[in-house]
Amino acid sequence: MSAIIQVNHLTKDFKEIKAVDDLSFTVNEGQVYGFLGQNGAGKSTTIRMLLTLIEPTAGDIEIFGLQLRKHRKEILRQIGAIIEKPDLYKYLTAYENIRIFSRLSGVKVSDAKINEQLAMVGLADRTKSKVKTYSQGMKQRLGLACALIQDPRLIILDEPTNGLDPQGIADMRNMIIHLSKDLGKTLLVSSHLLSEIEMVADSMLIINKGRKVVEGKVSELLNPSQSVVELIAVDNAAALEFLQHSEWSSALKPVTNGTIKLEFDKVRIPELNKQLVERGIAVMSLRPLHSLEDYFLSQTKV
Amino acid sequence: MFLELLRIELFKIFKRPRTFIAFGAIAMIILLVQFALMVNGKDFIQLFTGDQADTFEIPSDKILNGYFICVTVLHMILLHVPLLVALIAGDMISGEANLGTLRLLVGKPVTRTQLIMAKFSASTAYVLLLLAWMALFALLGSILLFGREDLVVFKENDMHIIKNTDVLWRFFAAFVFAALALTAIGAMALMFSTFAENSLGPIVATVCVVIVFTIVQQLKVPVFEETINPWSFTTHMLGWKGFFYVEKTAEGTTINGSIENPAALVRSGLILIGYIVLFLLISARYFKRKDILS
Repeated sequence: MSAIIQVNHLTKDFKEIKAVDDLSFTVNEGQVYGFLGQNGAGKSTTIRMLLTLIEPTAGDIEIFGLQLRKHRKEILRQIGAIIEKPDLYKYLTAYENIRIFSRLSGVKVSDAKINEQLAMVGLADRTKSKVKTYSQGMKQRLGLACALIQDPRLIILDEPTNGLDPQGIADMRNMIIHLSKDLGKTLLVSSHLLSEIEMVADSMLIINKGRKVVEGKVSELLNPSQSVVELIAVDNAAALEFLQHSEWSSALKPVTNGTIKLEFDKVRIPELNKQLVERGIAVMSLRPLHSLEDYFLSQTKV
Repeated sequence: MFLELLRIELFKIFKRPRTFIAFGAIAMIILLVQFALMVNGKDFIQLFTGDQADTFEIPSDKILNGYFICVTVLHMILLHVPLLVALIAGDMISGEANLGTLRLLVGKPVTRTQLIMAKFSASTAYVLLLLAWMALFALLGSILLFGREDLVVFKENDMHIIKNTDVLWRFFAAFVFAALALTAIGAMALMFSTFAENSLGPIVATVCVVIVFTIVQQLKVPVFEETINPWSFTTHMLGWKGFFYVEKTAEGTTINGSIENPAALVRSGLILIGYIVLFLLISARYFKRKDILS
């Protein structure tokens, strides 16, 4: 599997602020690579450097095995991107927008291809409508159509689900899976919606304050056997008293805001439930928390 | 790729309703001036002739012809057209930044210098179209409404009479010169546009610079006359008037095809070209290194 993106010791300073700090990572061909971090972590700055919108202070970037600095045009011709929200020309129609962006990419596409692309993102019946009449979800889909029109090898999506309703989020997720699995594209997807990344990404990188926190395969980074389990009992104090003086005490995590959390193999959830009930502690809820969410917060905790 | 970029820029300019504000405004102003001179033309001419009307019989009907109306319109309007040029050129980069499309443009396989040049060329094309539109209304319209006669041009206490057959090329040259002057304004607005993230700033900045230098020029005090004014682009913007000041023989007869001070016109033209090059170099250099954060 060849490296599509190779970032080495990338740094970006904005006066006294270090937005990206000695960041290195690799995205391999065919991967959906999740790029995670809280707001302001440096994700967008990194993506802007990949797209030459921002000049790095230090470090270098190779894409498709070529130095970005030296082969900018050649590389950008093969990249489709949405950077944060897809702001398009509001006074133009979807068709006109997509035609402009295809020509800017150096590709002359036929009307049929443009209509096909718009149909793929579900905008076939609104091709002649001005973008100012579109909803946020429609703009996002049109942005994706514009990014894909030149059939890029690499697709970079910066917070692609921002501002979308649940249906829009599901559509975007399905589109990412389709692009990866069916069309074999390489995708770099940044998000702070961890559940989204977990559902689509093969590998991921978590950054915090511009620095790499962890990088690896999603399946390896998340230990599937150890889960954080949240317990809500009718009498939380009694439940806590029991847990502190039982075999579960080593699994207990610090109690925050009155919420009881334990970390253990989730197959033992029925066993814990049984023990609580046997001691007369009525259980309202006993569920494993979203593993990646918990993992992410533990890694990026200030 | 450059031609493709230019085509895209022109397409975007002429798809925006605001582009046509300038065309509408120019048509309206010219029609108003033509109407006013049709009704009160003689009174207007008396403003120039003054006391001479007591001594000589001034043939107002003949003076008030299509050519005279066109020169009058140009005097009135060319000082204000920079505002209309700034409206478009000042929005070229900052408008894209404000709209959020600048990052999409710059992330495409085109160089930033190409982008700047395409935007400059598109704004120049807009200037040329604006002047063609002005020529259509001011020259063609006035000739149709008022007919053609010899052109009388008033210059301070002097009067230049240009033969009917010697006029058209002067208008053509004046429009070309005005295009050069307005292109310099467009280049300046584009330069301001690369510095900003919204359109209002560059448009206001351009207008302010034009106003300040026009005031400095009109003060006519030695401190400015000897230092700023010889190099101020507002001084040279009005160079088009030179095409209507003709040489005279010792007997006071105007010489066909002549220009009173051709060297000054060439100098003004060169200074304006210098400003255009300077503004473009600054724009390209700044924009090339700019981090696109919008």
